[in-house]
Amino acid sequence: MNNKKVLIAMSGGVDSSVTVYLLKQQGFDCIGTTMRLYRNETISQGNFKTCCSEKDMEDASEVAFDLDVPYEIVDFTDDFQKQIIEKFIKVYENGGTPNPCIDCNRYMKFEKLLNIALEKKCDLIATGHYAISEYSEKHGRYILRKAKDLTKDQSYVLYNLTQDQLKHTIFPLGNLEKTQVREIAEKQGFVNSKKHDSQDICFIPDGDYFKFIKKYTGKTPQEGNFIDENGKILGRHKGIISYTVGQRRGLGIASDAPLYVKKLDMANNNVILCKNEGLFSKTLIADDINLISVEKITEPMKIKAKVRYRQKEQPATVIQIDENRIKVEFDTPQRAITKGQAVVLYDDDIVVGGGTISETESDLS
Amino acid sequence: MIYLDYTANTPVDSEVLNKFVEVENKFIGNPNSNHQEGKKAKEELAKITENIASLLNVEPSEIIYTSGASESNNLAIKGITDISQGNHIITTKLEHSSVFAPIEELKKKGFVVDYAPLDKDGKINISQLIKLIRPDTVLIAICLVDGELGIIQPINKIAEEIKKVSDCKIHIDGTQALGKIKIDFKNIDTMSFSAHKIYGLNGSGILFKRGHLKLNPQISGGMSSSLYRSGTPTLSLNSAFYVAVKKAIENQDKRFSDVLEKNKNLREFFKQFPKVKINSPQNAVPHIINLSVEGIKGSVFQRKLDSYGVCVSVKSACSSDGLPSRAVTALGNSERTALSSWRISLSHLTTWEEIEQFKEIFVKLV
Repeated sequence: MNNKKVLIAMSGGVDSSVTVYLLKQQGFDCIGTTMRLYRNETISQGNFKTCCSEKDMEDASEVAFDLDVPYEIVDFTDDFQKQIIEKFIKVYENGGTPNPCIDCNRYMKFEKLLNIALEKKCDLIATGHYAISEYSEKHGRYILRKAKDLTKDQSYVLYNLTQDQLKHTIFPLGNLEKTQVREIAEKQGFVNSKKHDSQDICFIPDGDYFKFIKKYTGKTPQEGNFIDENGKILGRHKGIISYTVGQRRGLGIASDAPLYVKKLDMANNNVILCKNEGLFSKTLIADDINLISVEKITEPMKIKAKVRYRQKEQPATVIQIDENRIKVEFDTPQRAITKGQAVVLYDDDIVVGGGTISETESDLS
Repeated sequence: MIYLDYTANTPVDSEVLNKFVEVENKFIGNPNSNHQEGKKAKEELAKITENIASLLNVEPSEIIYTSGASESNNLAIKGITDISQGNHIITTKLEHSSVFAPIEELKKKGFVVDYAPLDKDGKINISQLIKLIRPDTVLIAICLVDGELGIIQPINKIAEEIKKVSDCKIHIDGTQALGKIKIDFKNIDTMSFSAHKIYGLNGSGILFKRGHLKLNPQISGGMSSSLYRSGTPTLSLNSAFYVAVKKAIENQDKRFSDVLEKNKNLREFFKQFPKVKINSPQNAVPHIINLSVEGIKGSVFQRKLDSYGVCVSVKSACSSDGLPSRAVTALGNSERTALSSWRISLSHLTTWEEIEQFKEIFVKLV
């Protein structure tokens, strides 16, 4: 029996359920908690449907009951609406492509929920993320590493963790394969053992973010022009927020070679299209950065970086411009680097840090 | 289908429904309109209000029509505290969410809330309650019969003791008591009722409000049938309410003893299962049996029963905070017992055949 008290963020899914099981096995004093992040009305759904989050809470509470762990729901709906949903919309409205899961981890899980855990005199907070947090003598710092199961690794969405947060955080699934986690859940007969992994943005269950933003804001997106890189009008678009950089499908423009979205020009309400070659660029600037394995990047550093969740890291050089910004230059041009997404830097399997992409080469040139 | 959730909602009585349709067809005027049709409707409204008052043994002017008990509870609690000097409230851990929630809102506005200690059988400990009263206590809100366990509070005794020491107002949630037990309004300031718990129509209720007691209206607007609640009078709903309450009170004793027989039968049946704990005290209303099956979460047991067509209730984990039932916990039960709890609620409409079928299904599941 170890005497450490841990608050586990339970989503109602398999991973966090197995997390509770493992920690309980290891003798931790466990508390299970689910964050209520939104209600049907907030996401413009009728109240007569069972909100998927309600089902998730029911599942989480059943698993907690089976494991004899106290369980509680904390209401973060107001902050989630302000800090996550409204920011998500704002990023789109400013021509970027947001990643709300990263913000949710940052502001909801590892800030608000960690504070609740500390108020409850917990030593640690745990989640079902696939990643590893540990203290490294070599770095003299707490570090974040990729999970053992690289197909499930979630270190990308955790790059915002501060030293203090890492110190208080454990990821018990970091050294397990997803298949092992499913096996444990099935063996324990958890109600959710067959549940699918969550895919979409939780507050947009049907994945149609364009429709969501229209409903939420009550604004009708303004039509505008598709133009080529020289400013030639190619056709009409149905509203700029419905496009993301790199997108090819659904443009409805006839052309000899396939065309892609290169840039969203919010000021002129134009969507700039290009051929595939035009999407590649080598350089980006990211702001709102967080560094983990180092305190500061004092000289150009060879790292590997990725600019979206599902991308293999690519060799690059990073320099720190100031407190809040880094510049990343890839060895080879990368396809569709997108504003609003995160760039995360790796040194082998260790997360060096990351930031939000604020400028790409086409802005810089 | 075996419906054992009459505390949540009752099926409408056909006479009640017919009355609604009849009045809706017969009276087309707004009771506040100054023409023949309006006057006709107003006279009818006055008549049925007098009838309801006489059944309850109160004055017609003491009846405020509302959309149901949730509105009645909100109107009383907010209506009283809005215009009172003082910010202390006493209530219990047994209250329905339409009492609990407005009081939680008041807490955020600076009110201080104390919860009356309960004895082992769930009854309020009167002497300890009296000790909680302060000079700034403005409201004491208590349910006559709680919806989760069916505990009956001696409200008139409690109110009498309170009135000896304080001028604070006493609000009673009578929703689950009407039609089950006799109700006495002595020393009570406000009391809530709802039609759909007594085989009436959904969306209809009343608030009893003592004499000249002032309330701050929560719905403002044009003239209605009361100063304290605006909105076009709902003559057909009020007439239907009258039929429901009349039948409920006239048949109360017969229905009570019928339900009591079924309650005794079920309690006896449950004795053979060591894992079953009856949470409702012996002296609760017979209509409600709250129980826990050890090691099985209430929501899980409910789902299992539902798959056999048996409808019972459980405090939903996601209703608010995931915490176990306040009421079951308030009786000194462990958190696990409270999480395992669920509720059977019986009616005079419940047949012996249904009771037997339920028992067969229960044996399979436990």
